[in-house]
Amino acid sequence: MQTRLRSEKLFDWFNMLVMLLICFATLYPVWYVLINSLNEGTDAMRGGIYWFPRAFSLENYTTVFKNDGLMTAFSVTVAKTVVGTLIHVFFTAMVAYAISQKELVGRKLYLIVGTITMFFSGGLIPQYLLFRDLQLLDTFWVYILPAMFSFFDLIIFMTFFREIPYGLEEAAKIDGANDFSIFVRVIIPVSMPVVATISLFHGVYQWNDYFAGVIYVNNPDLQPIQTFLYRIVALSGSNQIVSTVTGVTKTVTSQSVKLATMVVATLPIVFVYPFLQKYFVKGFMIGSMKE
Amino acid sequence: MDSQVTIPEKHGNEATRVNKAALFYKKLQRQKILQIMALSGMVWLIIFHYIPIYGIIIAFKEYNIVQSISSAPWAGLYHFKEFFQDDSLGYVIKNTFGMSLLKLVIGFPIPILFALLLNELRSVRFKKAVQTISYLPHFLSWVILGGILTTWLADVGIINKVLLALGFIHEPISYLAEPSYFWTIVVSSDIWKELGWSAIIYLAAITGVSPELYEAATIDGAGRFQKMYYITLPMIKGTITILFILAVSGILNSNFDQIFVLKNQLNEVASNVIDTYVYQIGISQGRYSYATAVGLVKSVIAFILLLTANSITKRLNNTSLF
Repeated sequence: MQTRLRSEKLFDWFNMLVMLLICFATLYPVWYVLINSLNEGTDAMRGGIYWFPRAFSLENYTTVFKNDGLMTAFSVTVAKTVVGTLIHVFFTAMVAYAISQKELVGRKLYLIVGTITMFFSGGLIPQYLLFRDLQLLDTFWVYILPAMFSFFDLIIFMTFFREIPYGLEEAAKIDGANDFSIFVRVIIPVSMPVVATISLFHGVYQWNDYFAGVIYVNNPDLQPIQTFLYRIVALSGSNQIVSTVTGVTKTVTSQSVKLATMVVATLPIVFVYPFLQKYFVKGFMIGSMKE
Repeated sequence: MDSQVTIPEKHGNEATRVNKAALFYKKLQRQKILQIMALSGMVWLIIFHYIPIYGIIIAFKEYNIVQSISSAPWAGLYHFKEFFQDDSLGYVIKNTFGMSLLKLVIGFPIPILFALLLNELRSVRFKKAVQTISYLPHFLSWVILGGILTTWLADVGIINKVLLALGFIHEPISYLAEPSYFWTIVVSSDIWKELGWSAIIYLAAITGVSPELYEAATIDGAGRFQKMYYITLPMIKGTITILFILAVSGILNSNFDQIFVLKNQLNEVASNVIDTYVYQIGISQGRYSYATAVGLVKSVIAFILLLTANSITKRLNNTSLF
């Protein structure tokens, strides 16, 4: 009994240590980017900035915020995240509510039609050709319409809606409300946990996706920030940003501006997710339950 | 309430049918708005999912942009033969399977282990803090992570500095320019990014285990490791199985976002996977039919893998997706 207690104590310490190491390994790369972005670019080129900025400077950030291209890209990202998430959540929830009604004629067929799409898809090229034929290429809507519905999210919504007591809908029906206004005025307000979860998932997708901007959009004014960064990271094109800076003393380098842009493109999401944590953990539990 | 009219039998079959049709029509009329709501979703699915599925037929045709899909001449299996004779086939397949298998073998068990260890932490606050921190990388985009990796792995990057200082290497290495390091970079950065996020679902399953089981085991004299091994693990076996089936069926889905950022011309032989290859020949070179054929081969193999994994796990421990 004694040895067991001792070995369990040892295990506790070992476990704590492992967890602290994981936390460090998770946070340090992000911290590294942050401190280097807050350092003078020319000074940072010497390297060796590991824990705190050596020559503190906000010039990288002023460069970012003065760059028109970057600010346009930033507003495209905000617009597609807000509009895309609102439409995705509303539309998917609406279809989910209708299909969750047991007496709906054709319900089984709708479910089959949807389930098939979880296993088969046309793939990249047929999709690209479709967007071209729909004249979605090089428009803002190529970010929104192809992503406005997801059958997977529909299942999560349906699982949640099924738990809502029928009495709520019935009361509204007796008052003469139609199904659409019941959905908007009764169902949505009581479904905030699942709405928050799906909003977070889709919002993160919209915020972080760079590929749609690479493949479907040529117009530089329609590029989201992530696509902008992709071109800098993968094709090392950040010299353009620095060369457009017309200042007296330049302490910024393409590398330091890149890091500052990365921070700007990341901060909003990093601030939001801890507050929504309790929702998405719950959302995961709903999603993991089988039909 | 008018739908519940009882039909007198003497009216015979004809009348019953008419009545049924009328009732059906009435029911439809009553749920008109619900139907519009549901059908709008179906219309979206048809446009954005079923039309591209129909579009796959260009894999069997000689399609080019001036023609419509239906008027393009048939090419039979030409593009499939082309793929199997392509010089890139060898390494593209090898990279796709290689990286995915490594991700599966190493990356699948680690979140389970992490969830088990996290669950053993005694302090609830510490546990919550570790959890919140571990989710962070999931919310970074692959572009951001790509930016971090290219900075860290460069000649003058922190990795080279540390390894040089410790004497492990004698001169700096351009890790992303060397094909031999690519798989390691991809697999480890993927684990780094998704460790905490993948553990959520296991943690949720562990929370669902009844405390009585642990109490009973404690009375029987079981230690912590025994409880972990004999109670926690078996109780979350179902969750593990389902996720394993999904992971196996996704083996051909290399993480496009990740590889597309890290790939360059120097590491091409180790980094080009089916998905990036389809992009390269389809979008960059405009060989639509050929690229679609390659994509179709991938989908068919993926579906076979899904069915295989599903039937194997069904036989082994009675858990399956369908």
